[in-house]
Amino acid sequence: MKRLIAPFLIGLIMAGGFVFAGVTKPETIVGFLDFFGAWDGSVMAVMGAAVTVTFIMFRVILRKRQQPILEAKFSIPTRRDIDWRLLAGASTFGLGWGLIGFCPGPALASLATGATELYVWFGGLLGGMYAFRGFDRWLQARGIKRERGAKSTSRQTVSASASA
Amino acid sequence: MDSAILAPIIGGVLIGLGASALMLFNGKIAGVSGIFGGLLHPKAGDFAWRAAFVAGIIVGGFVLFLLRPDMFGVGVERSLPVVVLGGLLVGFGARLGSGCTSGHGVCGIARLGPRSIVATLTFIATGAVAAFVVNQVFGGVA
Repeated sequence: MKRLIAPFLIGLIMAGGFVFAGVTKPETIVGFLDFFGAWDGSVMAVMGAAVTVTFIMFRVILRKRQQPILEAKFSIPTRRDIDWRLLAGASTFGLGWGLIGFCPGPALASLATGATELYVWFGGLLGGMYAFRGFDRWLQARGIKRERGAKSTSRQTVSASASA
Repeated sequence: MDSAILAPIIGGVLIGLGASALMLFNGKIAGVSGIFGGLLHPKAGDFAWRAAFVAGIIVGGFVLFLLRPDMFGVGVERSLPVVVLGGLLVGFGARLGSGCTSGHGVCGIARLGPRSIVATLTFIATGAVAAFVVNQVFGGVA
C-alpha cells in the first residue's frame, strides 16, 4: 500500500506545481513559445526552479542511497546517443505542444475543468500513443532494429545488487 | 517579491520536489507521458504505481480547481480539428522521443543527460515554429 500512497501523494504535489506554474493555462505555454510575439518568460522561471531542485536532490538521493525507499533499485536511463527517434519524436512533440499549449502533466491536472477542448485533446493524445505503438511494430516487422530506446532495455539500473 | 515571478518559482520548486520524491521513494524518473503511456500497455507489477501517480495528478487538479478555478482554463482559440492534431502530435512524439516536458525538460536536464538536453531544445524550437505560425501568421486563432 505504501508503494501506492507515495506516488499518489507525489502526483498531488506535481499537480500543485503545474497549477502554481501557470501551465494549466495553455496560453502560458503558447506565450512562452511565441518568441516573436508577446513573450511570456514565466515558463523559464518554472523550468529553472524545477531543474535546480531536481539537480540538487537527485545528486543527494543517488549519493546517499543504494536503493529507493519502496523499490529494489533505481530505474535511470543510461543512453547518451542522439538518434533519429529522439529528434523526430521531440520535433513532433514540440509542434503539437506549440499548437495548443497542452502537455501531458498539466493536461491531466486540468481534467477537473471539464473543458471540451481538453477531453478532445486527450482523445488525440491516446490516438497518438496507440499510433506510435503501431508504427513501432511496423518498423520492427520491416526489420528496422528496435533501438535501445525500447523501455524494457533502455533503462538499465543503478543498483546495489546489480545482478541484472 | 511580485507574485508574477513568485508563483512560477513556487510551481517549479513543487515540480522539482515531486520529481525528487518519486526518485527517492519509487526510484523512477517523473516523466508524465512515459508513466501515463505505460498504463496503456500494462506489464505485470508495473501498473499500480503508474495509476496511483496519474490519479494523484488528476485528484490534485480537482482539489485545486475547487479552490482556484481562475488558475485553469483554455485561453487560446483553437478549432477542434487543431486540438485533435495537437493531441496526436504530442502523444506520438512523446512516445517516439521517449519523453515530454517533465521527463526530458525537468528530470533529464537535471541529470545533464545529453539526450534530454537535445530533446528539450528541439521541442522548444519546433514549438516556437508552431506558436509563430498560429500567432503571427493566423493571428492567434487556428
